[in-house]
Amino acid sequence: MSAEPLLQVEGLVTTFKTSRGPVRAVDGVSLNVARGQTVCIAGESGCGKSVTALSVMGLLPDSAQVEGGAVRFNGVDVLTLPPAERRGLRGRKLAMIFQEPMTALNPVLTIGHQVAEVFAIHGTAGRREAREKVLALLRQVKIPDPERRYDAYPHQLSGGMKQRVMIAMALANRPELLIADEPTTALDVTIQAQVLHLLRELQRELGTGIVFVTHDLAVVAEIADRVVVMYGGRVVEQGGVVDVLEHPAHPYTVGLLGARPRPGQTRHDGHRLNVIPGSVPSPLVRIEGCRYQTRCPRVQARCREEVPALAPVAQGAADGHAAACHFPEGGLA
Amino acid sequence: MTVPVLLQAEGLSVEFPVRGGLLKREIARLRAVDNVSVTLRSGEVLGIVGESGCGKTTLGRAMVGLYPPTAGRLLVEGRDVATLDEAQRRLLTRDVQMVFQDPFASLNPRKRIRQILEVPFEVHGLASGAEREARIRELVELVGLAPEHLDRWPHELSGGQRQRIGVARALALQPRVMVLDEPLSALDMSIQSQVLNLLVDLQQRFGLSYVFISHDLSIVEYLCDTVAVMYLGRVVETAPAAALFAAPRHPYTQALLAAVPDPVPRRERVTRPLEGDVPSPLQAPAGCSFHPRCPLAQARCRESVPELRVIDTAGLQRAACHLL
Repeated sequence: MSAEPLLQVEGLVTTFKTSRGPVRAVDGVSLNVARGQTVCIAGESGCGKSVTALSVMGLLPDSAQVEGGAVRFNGVDVLTLPPAERRGLRGRKLAMIFQEPMTALNPVLTIGHQVAEVFAIHGTAGRREAREKVLALLRQVKIPDPERRYDAYPHQLSGGMKQRVMIAMALANRPELLIADEPTTALDVTIQAQVLHLLRELQRELGTGIVFVTHDLAVVAEIADRVVVMYGGRVVEQGGVVDVLEHPAHPYTVGLLGARPRPGQTRHDGHRLNVIPGSVPSPLVRIEGCRYQTRCPRVQARCREEVPALAPVAQGAADGHAAACHFPEGGLA
Repeated sequence: MTVPVLLQAEGLSVEFPVRGGLLKREIARLRAVDNVSVTLRSGEVLGIVGESGCGKTTLGRAMVGLYPPTAGRLLVEGRDVATLDEAQRRLLTRDVQMVFQDPFASLNPRKRIRQILEVPFEVHGLASGAEREARIRELVELVGLAPEHLDRWPHELSGGQRQRIGVARALALQPRVMVLDEPLSALDMSIQSQVLNLLVDLQQRFGLSYVFISHDLSIVEYLCDTVAVMYLGRVVETAPAAALFAAPRHPYTQALLAAVPDPVPRRERVTRPLEGDVPSPLQAPAGCSFHPRCPLAQARCRESVPELRVIDTAGLQRAACHLL
């Protein structure tokens, strides 16, 4: 493994223009992804996880803008690249799959046509060669009967099948980095298991680095090597998957993990689920200090004054386990 | 000890016409629920689980009388709903209320919360004036909101707050049974446990019985007493929750439980994921509808539909599989 990470996000700030002024959806996010590694960005709606992913891809809507930080891909800050060069990276070295395979595919073009486009745009295969390459890809993502599916339209495929087509398109040019934004959220659990299995297999084969955005901590446990937990546009905890999920340090991570029943837990043996009181404050609300203070069971005066910086915590510090909390569970390293 | 049965589906089927062509004539019938028998006992939580299109929502809606059964019977407190006249049926519907999945779609956006909560009283001609207002205030407090929320519009509430209003509306008529159709799945993780704990508290406080429809198996294991697993319109296995999660017997239940992501991190999975997709109910396979995906399928699975029958000595676990 080379020393330099494949992807290095540093102090990323992304804002949205709204009628009530600019809103910081991503507020100083840093994370690294190595080759062949899966990093999960976990959090709830509005925490900034998808906006982080879109900022890395350069696919933000017009109302949003990256205002600060760096996104280094193989050491090059892609934010400073001319648009044409950045476009050249997308779909080739960097690829993305989305939550809704139903809306991400063009309904009036055949599957084969859409997948072949990826080669045409990047000039990576001629027309005749493209058909063979598309069929090989469809086979690789385990689409049964690929010759027939080549001429099918998206509505003729199931949700799981459409997500496989999206994965085929994303992997067409063997990208070094794949960004997957809640790719299994719209799918049934048996289909989710198929897609996760497929992503793991392809990663092993191609050595792709994966950024996997999800709200589901059980999916994180299944697929991640490392986890970044976000809340209110900031990273509140990060580290190796076992450290974060087995020894959570930030009260938010602790709260989220306790809010889900574990296998075998039932209310009949008196187990009560943990509740995180209240709800996520609107990003329009200015909060001095830690953004989690309004819901935190451990809140103290200092939390209302000083924004906590990510700092190594006792368990797993050597492997980069850190939390942005003045009073983390288990203490600071 | 016999616990009274509150709600019972007996060989219940629900079919929908599929229309097509220029004249929108009926070209096929889609059987969304196919010969389902389930029983809800007093004080119990019955979980109905399965993947999209398995018929769980249709079954739930049929259980509150929103869809008339095309075959079989629905018994509420032992009385066949089909034999009742309009007035009697209306009385029964008070006892069986529903909470819908999407709290954004199930509340009228043009009515304030107070007006939304008044509807059940209006429909059934119950409590008026100051008494009604007092009942409505009591309802919002029961679900953990404050009387000032009554003057708000649905869009001013968060998803979790809206779902609490959905629960309050269902509670208004003091039902004995609530059919909860995926009541948590539109909510964020940190809000789900708030609403789930509320449901647990209300059940204990009022001795309610729930039909809990969900695709979230971890929550079903946590909450339910009995579970029915559906596949393509049929119940393939039903058992007390503890038995079902400890030792699922139907190959589909086994595959479904194995597909649930394990919250304990580790790298390798032991089981291979189930292959293929759920077939369209319009082209349901002959025989056992699970046979095209079943790793154990044999010749007879392709030929005859397996009956749901008892498979344990206590007579509590039932499965529809030829191989058991």
